[in-house]
Amino acid sequence: MSETEFLLWVRGPGLQGATIIFVLGMAVRILEILVLGRKPDLAEARGSAVAGGLRTIITRSVPDKGTFKRSTFTVVAGYIFHFGLFITILLFAPHILLIDEVLGVSWPALPTPVVDATTVVTIIALVAVLIHRLKDPVLRFLSRFQDYLVWFVTILPLVTGYIAFHRIGFSPPLLIAIHIFSVELLMVAFPFTKLAHAFTLFVARYYNGAISGYRGVNS
Amino acid sequence: MSNDKTLGEILRKQGISRRGFLKFCAATASMMALPPSMVPAIAAALEKARRPSVIWLSFQECTGCTESLTRSHSPTVEGLIFDAISLDYHHTLQAASGTAAEAAREAAMEENYGKYILVVDGSIPTANPGYSTIAGISNKDMLMDTAMGAAAIISVGTCAAFGGIPHAKPNPTGAVAVSDLIKDKPIINVPGCPPIPVVITGVLAHFLTFGAIPELDALGRPVAFYGKSIHDRCYRRPFYDKGLFAETFDDEGAKKGWCLYKLGCKGPTTYNACATTKWNEGTSFPIESGHPCLGCSEPDFWDGGGFYKAISTPTGDIGRTATYAIGAGAAAGIALGAMNRAKHSRAEKAHEKVTIDDLDKEK
Ligand code: SF4
Repeated sequence: MSETEFLLWVRGPGLQGATIIFVLGMAVRILEILVLGRKPDLAEARGSAVAGGLRTIITRSVPDKGTFKRSTFTVVAGYIFHFGLFITILLFAPHILLIDEVLGVSWPALPTPVVDATTVVTIIALVAVLIHRLKDPVLRFLSRFQDYLVWFVTILPLVTGYIAFHRIGFSPPLLIAIHIFSVELLMVAFPFTKLAHAFTLFVARYYNGAISGYRGVNS
Repeated sequence: MSNDKTLGEILRKQGISRRGFLKFCAATASMMALPPSMVPAIAAALEKARRPSVIWLSFQECTGCTESLTRSHSPTVEGLIFDAISLDYHHTLQAASGTAAEAAREAAMEENYGKYILVVDGSIPTANPGYSTIAGISNKDMLMDTAMGAAAIISVGTCAAFGGIPHAKPNPTGAVAVSDLIKDKPIINVPGCPPIPVVITGVLAHFLTFGAIPELDALGRPVAFYGKSIHDRCYRRPFYDKGLFAETFDDEGAKKGWCLYKLGCKGPTTYNACATTKWNEGTSFPIESGHPCLGCSEPDFWDGGGFYKAISTPTGDIGRTATYAIGAGAAAGIALGAMNRAKHSRAEKAHEKVTIDDLDKEK
């Protein structure tokens, strides 16, 4: 397979396959949860479920003092790489162009040097997170193969994207093909791993908050 | 077919001065990326070279490759070289036709067996031999027959080199490249739609000078001409590096000559010499006239996902795929959810309450 053929494959059949697995897989996972439903709560409402749910989405996204003190590193590094991923994926001009072409929606991009710097910071944060996981005996004990896999498929598009942008080593078509392929790996892994939390986390937070809200307590 | 004269003699007879000849040798050297110190060696070799016999076969093609070669306006390096070879068979250019033409081909083959150069343009249909014939001979038969006595084969144009446009999906004629059929001869691919004239003659000059085929890349193309991508030598490259792109063919960026990447330029994946040798006697090349590179010297350029689509965007309709996938996923998710609910209610029904008495019994 030549470079051009590889590039054509990742843009064509490769991307089609990855999209099917990603979208279909996530749709199944989310709907399976939603269809489960809940028993009607027969007790009289003592507060607003919706307000409680929305409030919890926010409060659970901000670490409380205790958690912050106990695991400062996890919180800080976690925030950095999550924001970093948000910026590099959604605010980089060529990515927005792609989204515009597929979904027909677009928004302004950040200047390329900003995204470039963010990529480096995000990669560093992810490496630090892995080192922390390996060094901390409890974390290491709790880690499964999947945790390392998820880390790998997350950092890979960042690294390949950085290399492709700076055109290090190989020819541009090969670099861009490798980058697209690494994203396809991420898409394929998404529905089957903890990565799916990107879609379920706010639903879960809302649900916890809504139960408490209905009972008139803070979650 | 006077193959006894040397190239030097022929050129002198045509009134080419020693100075002009050396200039040509220097141009050849620089074209082939050889050091200037090689010029005397090239001159000496060319001076003594015998006029080689060339048989040119045209199969499923549009004659654009031949046009490209013969449309030079003033005597050029290409012209000189073509005067210096003995083009013994070329059914577009020769006066004879039919049986007489075939006789000329056979005579040239016999006389120069094992020594002639075979040039091919056009692809070869394999689905049915009747799709393309010359004097009643199928393209494949003629190629196999003529290739046998050739010293080397030059596949001129993307059709002969890679199958080209006839080979584009769905390839109704089962078109293939020369290299798909012939495995036991040195083949030089000179792709392009059409190839740059200087590149065709440069390859011939190399063969004349060194009596061997030039260094080839993985796709059988001479590295001297196809070693660098269009993108690497493109004068719009500074704009690409700064991220300044023309978004449409008539916007501010297009007028300012910004990079054509977003308009589908295939320069980054295309290896050819257009950006340096240019076309029409060095006038310009497609990107210079405002059109993105189509990638015509690459295999399957016709099926490369659209001429006006940037090379990093999806080739298919991802939006539609995603919509279907959501639909299928939703259906599957709801079905699975319903199954889970059914299981849950079955479990609830089967549930038996445990009483204090039951627990007492277990003691
Ligand atoms: S116009 Fe094409 S070849 Fe030139 S810099 Fe832009 S992408 Fe590269």
